[in-house]
Amino acid sequence: MADQTNMNINNRKSAGAHMRARRTVCYIVLVLVSIMCLFWFYVLLINATRSHGDLTTKGFTAVPSGYLIQNLNSLFHSSQPVLRGMVNSILVSGLTAALCVYFSAMTAYALHAYDFALKNFLFTFILAIMMIPTQVTALGFLQLIRGMKLEDNFIPLVIPAIASPVVFFYMKQYMESALPLALLEAARIDGAGEIRIFNSIVIPLMKPALAVQAIFSFVSSWNNYFTPQLILHENNKKTLPILIANLRSADFLKFDMGQVYAMIAFSIFPVIVVYLILSKYIVSGVALGGVKG
Amino acid sequence: MSKVKRGKVVRYNRWGYIFLIPFMVTFIIFQLIPLCTTIYNSFFENYMSGLKQVGPTFIGLENYKTLITEGDLGKYFTNTLIVWLIGFVPQIILSLLLGAWFSDPSLRLKGQRFFKTVIYLPNLIMASAFSMLFFTLFSDGGPINSMLVQAGILSEPFKFFSSISATRILIGFMNFVMWFGNTTILLMAGMMGIDPSLFEAAEVDGATPRQIFWKITLPLLRPILVYVLITSLIGGLQMFDVPQILTNGEGSPVRSSMTLIMYLNKHLYSKNYGMAGALSVYLFILTGILSFIVFKLTGPQKEKKEKK
Repeated sequence: MADQTNMNINNRKSAGAHMRARRTVCYIVLVLVSIMCLFWFYVLLINATRSHGDLTTKGFTAVPSGYLIQNLNSLFHSSQPVLRGMVNSILVSGLTAALCVYFSAMTAYALHAYDFALKNFLFTFILAIMMIPTQVTALGFLQLIRGMKLEDNFIPLVIPAIASPVVFFYMKQYMESALPLALLEAARIDGAGEIRIFNSIVIPLMKPALAVQAIFSFVSSWNNYFTPQLILHENNKKTLPILIANLRSADFLKFDMGQVYAMIAFSIFPVIVVYLILSKYIVSGVALGGVKG
Repeated sequence: MSKVKRGKVVRYNRWGYIFLIPFMVTFIIFQLIPLCTTIYNSFFENYMSGLKQVGPTFIGLENYKTLITEGDLGKYFTNTLIVWLIGFVPQIILSLLLGAWFSDPSLRLKGQRFFKTVIYLPNLIMASAFSMLFFTLFSDGGPINSMLVQAGILSEPFKFFSSISATRILIGFMNFVMWFGNTTILLMAGMMGIDPSLFEAAEVDGATPRQIFWKITLPLLRPILVYVLITSLIGGLQMFDVPQILTNGEGSPVRSSMTLIMYLNKHLYSKNYGMAGALSVYLFILTGILSFIVFKLTGPQKEKKEKK
């Protein structure tokens, strides 16, 4: 790295040159890193547009071909219920995101706006359970779901999102800066009930935080594979990650490779498109939230 | 502040408990009860031998002993750690470097938002689809092999998934690509939080960028680094999607890429609940210890913030 210690007049020129050299190195590394991130999706995009014959005999080419529509068409008419899987994924992830942000805001509000005996204990308690991985309780969870006869049902995938300590913690932090208690007092003097205050004052004020966390919980539910694969067995109930896994466990060579790439693209690209539209909020949300995954 | 609140709000305070009900009920039903039954299961012999159900019979700590002595717990633990390390070491190095560049005001890098958007992108990709993509790309007749052969680097396709180290490196690499953007943004936020006058003072005293990085940035960043290290380790212990899809749940070759959660998943599918329970408890204790360290590290700071 360049040495820019002596900023006196004699060396200013060379310091400027050093800075330019440093900057050039930075840009080269950044471009290489970007290629490392994007290369795979580029290959995926190209290969999803090529036919099975091209893919297996002609090796790799850098330009797209014209088979995308055919690949998607044969994907939608294959034995895998792909469109159904998409609908299931959207349903599960959408409900999860909605429940997760609404009830996490409610939990955070309880600890932010009220004073009660167990307040500090409960706050510490929720922080303490933050790190319990879902995998550790999977056995008991599975037995419970079987006992409740809720296998092949979306309820066990959606309802647990109500208790999300990480999202709660983010909401609590946000409230400390964005929700003055005096505002709540004013609403009470005007005669608003507590539930009404929460729904029509707190929730609208929390919108930016709700949006960021809704995106995160939607995506993590969309990508979730471990819990759904334990619970969903019926073909019509499966979400996209399980269908991807099915693709892998079936004999690979029997597949139309164009269709395989189309399937992967089909589950990856919607998220990429949404991400590019919302990236401004997402990237700043990561830095604010701190804790994730 | 609290005096005012006590006077006026005290009769509303029961609403604090009411608003906590949904969280607590959900937590108790879907996390606490499963946790207890998981622990309970770990003390019983309970599995299917062919079509015959064995147990449940109480056997105390036998399952725990069996896992250590007969099971491959140690092996899978080592696999998980190796694959995690392969992903984590380059991740922390690159993240520190990029974080330092992004937060360095004298560099004035252009297009920062573009680069941040790009490096964070893989984190949002479905791990199972990403893993399936790598499986097709690196398969024997896949595009990577044909590229390497076309370029004359290899004379014949390399069988990535028959090689222990290639498979492990690929899994580690995928985790690296998926998580370094997240780590970069966290570290950058930490670096931005350092008092800029410290950097200015060092510059005036004639410190080089390298010295500033090693003598100022890194020591002040230590709490965040430890936090990143431990949360990444906790995440690493839960590694499942990528190796499960890549090796079709086999952990091939010769179970060298079988992780702890894949092992747990195997027991769950074969309905060996005793073993699954004991394995879960091991994982629980391990994560518990690691979380406790994070908690101790970040807890006091949070309280300080709250008192303000």
